[in-house]
Amino acid sequence: MFRILHAEFLAPGIKRFVIEAPRIAYKQKPGQFVILRLYEQGERIPITIEHSDPERGTIRIVVQSIGKTTHLLNSLNTGDSILNVVGPLGKPSEIAKFGTVVVMGGGVGTAMAYPTAAALKHAGNRVISILGARNKELVILESELREVSDALMITTDDGSYADKGFVTDKLRQLIENGTRIDLVLAIGPIPMMRAVAEMTRKEHIRTIVSLNPIMIDGTGMCGGCRVLIDGKSEFACVDGPEFDAHRVDFAVLVQRNSMYRPAEQRSMEEFQGGIGSRPEPVHTGQTGACALEGDGR
Amino acid sequence: MTEPTKQPAKQASANPLSLKERMKVPRQHMLEQSPLERATNFTEVNLGYSEELARQEAQRCLECPKATCTTDCPVGVKVKEFVQLIVAGDYMGAAAKIREDNVLPAITGRVCPQEDHCEGGCLMGKKVQPLGIGYLERFVADYEQGHLDISNLPKAPPTGKKVAIVGSGPSGLTAAGDLVQQGHQVHVFEALHTPGGVLVYGIPEFRLPKQIIREQIDYMRAMGVEFETDVVVGRTVTIDELMEEEGYDAVFIGTGAGLPQFMGIPGEHLNGVYSANEFLTRINLMHAYEFPKYDEPMLDFRGKNVAVIGGGNTALDAIRSALRLGAGKAFILYRRSEAEMPARKEEVEHAKQEGIEFQVLAAPLEFLDDGKGWLAAARCQKMALGEPDASGRRRPVPIEGSEYEIPLAVAVIAIGTSANPIVQSTTPGLATNKRGYIQADQNTQKTSRKGLFAGGDIVTGSATVILAMGAGRRAAKSIHEYLTTPGTW
Repeated sequence: MFRILHAEFLAPGIKRFVIEAPRIAYKQKPGQFVILRLYEQGERIPITIEHSDPERGTIRIVVQSIGKTTHLLNSLNTGDSILNVVGPLGKPSEIAKFGTVVVMGGGVGTAMAYPTAAALKHAGNRVISILGARNKELVILESELREVSDALMITTDDGSYADKGFVTDKLRQLIENGTRIDLVLAIGPIPMMRAVAEMTRKEHIRTIVSLNPIMIDGTGMCGGCRVLIDGKSEFACVDGPEFDAHRVDFAVLVQRNSMYRPAEQRSMEEFQGGIGSRPEPVHTGQTGACALEGDGR
Repeated sequence: MTEPTKQPAKQASANPLSLKERMKVPRQHMLEQSPLERATNFTEVNLGYSEELARQEAQRCLECPKATCTTDCPVGVKVKEFVQLIVAGDYMGAAAKIREDNVLPAITGRVCPQEDHCEGGCLMGKKVQPLGIGYLERFVADYEQGHLDISNLPKAPPTGKKVAIVGSGPSGLTAAGDLVQQGHQVHVFEALHTPGGVLVYGIPEFRLPKQIIREQIDYMRAMGVEFETDVVVGRTVTIDELMEEEGYDAVFIGTGAGLPQFMGIPGEHLNGVYSANEFLTRINLMHAYEFPKYDEPMLDFRGKNVAVIGGGNTALDAIRSALRLGAGKAFILYRRSEAEMPARKEEVEHAKQEGIEFQVLAAPLEFLDDGKGWLAAARCQKMALGEPDASGRRRPVPIEGSEYEIPLAVAVIAIGTSANPIVQSTTPGLATNKRGYIQADQNTQKTSRKGLFAGGDIVTGSATVILAMGAGRRAAKSIHEYLTTPGTW
């Protein structure tokens, strides 16, 4: 059992948890994730580690309510426990001095982009961050990201906060202004990452994305999380989750993530029926939630 | 009952039958669920021996002076001795006798390929059917489970030495059981949320009920073995940290079969194409067949064509699971002939009784989609058998112009695994072979690193439960030696 030491909503449907997990806190590096399971009949879902504190033995995760498991998770509070938390999983982000790095976080993907942005800044890079959300309420980690960035730009789909538009609009501006960009890190919903990849491919800018396929064990054993990279299968849990965006087959990722949609919907409907209320439907806007259980990156 | 002394065969046997009479008694069949019934449920196929059947079967044992059943057993179970205890009606004595060499009797009694080991070496098998050693072992283990009080197991005096076991599959559990009986403090790390490794995620309920594994693990806990789940050694903690910071005197690596192999043919990424590991993990570890009671989903198999590619136990476990999920047509696609299939004979027979079709001498060339990213068909090719290859089995040779298409909604690829690199890549100085498996001495299981031992599939590549257990047993013996005799590395 892993105790929740603190829980707070960052935005409607997006909750941050501080969890007691000393082994994971001691080893975690930016870019890695945990897999958790809430109860005996529960599924295993991958969730980004946003921060860890090795001295206190705690990790922080940020969770968006999308399916049954994330809704249940976000109903937990300080003092509750999570049955299983395993990690840190996946390869850490490559941290080096690249020069100028553009870090793009879409929706709750910002929680995964943030620790890598901090590490890149610490490694001596000039970090330009672009944070996108559907609306003002869903902008998360703004002050955290500002602290580790040389410049921070924010977009909202509806213009209710900062600039109206998508994160890719800001990236285009940077490119058009002749900003020298050595690396782009884009973490968010699949349509956003795909759009970034298309834009930077033409400009020959190295671009890293963090992928979120369906996953079970997270150790390479099951092969369920395979993604098509340059036409070859690779496993997101051991070869990733970060990949060269220009080599990723995003269409296959979207297709494989849809595999259990009817079952996921059934789970969610039965869950909602059980609690007698219907939360807002899932939005699939460019910087909004992606309709996959997990951390909605 | 008194323990038999030096030469049990020459002692007054409890067996009332003469050797000639024993040869005339047919092998006793184990009760089974009927094929039609079991093809629709996940409960165990084999139902076990009654006491009467067990004693009748036990009486068939010829008590050979040279017991090849024992020498052919990877963990060296004293078959003749435990069978004689069954004849004498001392079932608890028989269980204790097995446990001297095998800490997981209820499991091996169910999943061992006995025809390759104890029963393959049984002298009776030369003339009639061999002694039902697996069935007898299972009977004794189940009897023990129903009659044993595990609250007060005897414990060896502590040696003060700490051993970490990485992985709670067959090799790790065996090493843990043997080491705790020697008085060492044993801590088992498991990456998944439930201990048992392949026994839990790989072998289906209808062949090895989860309850049996829980009981065997509870027994090990009662012996003093500690289990810690949710630890991926190499990621959550490294081997060096275990030895240097957490004070382990020795570590056994039994991380098992690693990454699933795919065929590298077009269309493997389509929805509906699974690795056997994923397919079986969903069903066994995650209980997807009980959706929505359990959250893990599974595709709707009802009425659909399902093929499993491969001919091993994993392939048969997968196709029989697909049948139980309601597959309309369930078949095995295997590129050699049935004679070369590595699966246990009993499983092949059971699968046929249940209605599994075997398309042998055929292999897929390509998975075809329905235009929307879902599997629709496989284009296959027929094979002929050529000369034996490195495995000693006759090599499949493609027949030109024999391509054909079969409609398919689900394909499960069960053609083996390759080494999972997580432990090797995070343990400096640990030697591996060119395929990435850990190099370990065949007798002592010692690796290139002092205090570090390895065994099971992460050393040999995919093998069987009992072979992994044999490695665990050899490792435990040399770990004990290493820990108690200075200068033994």
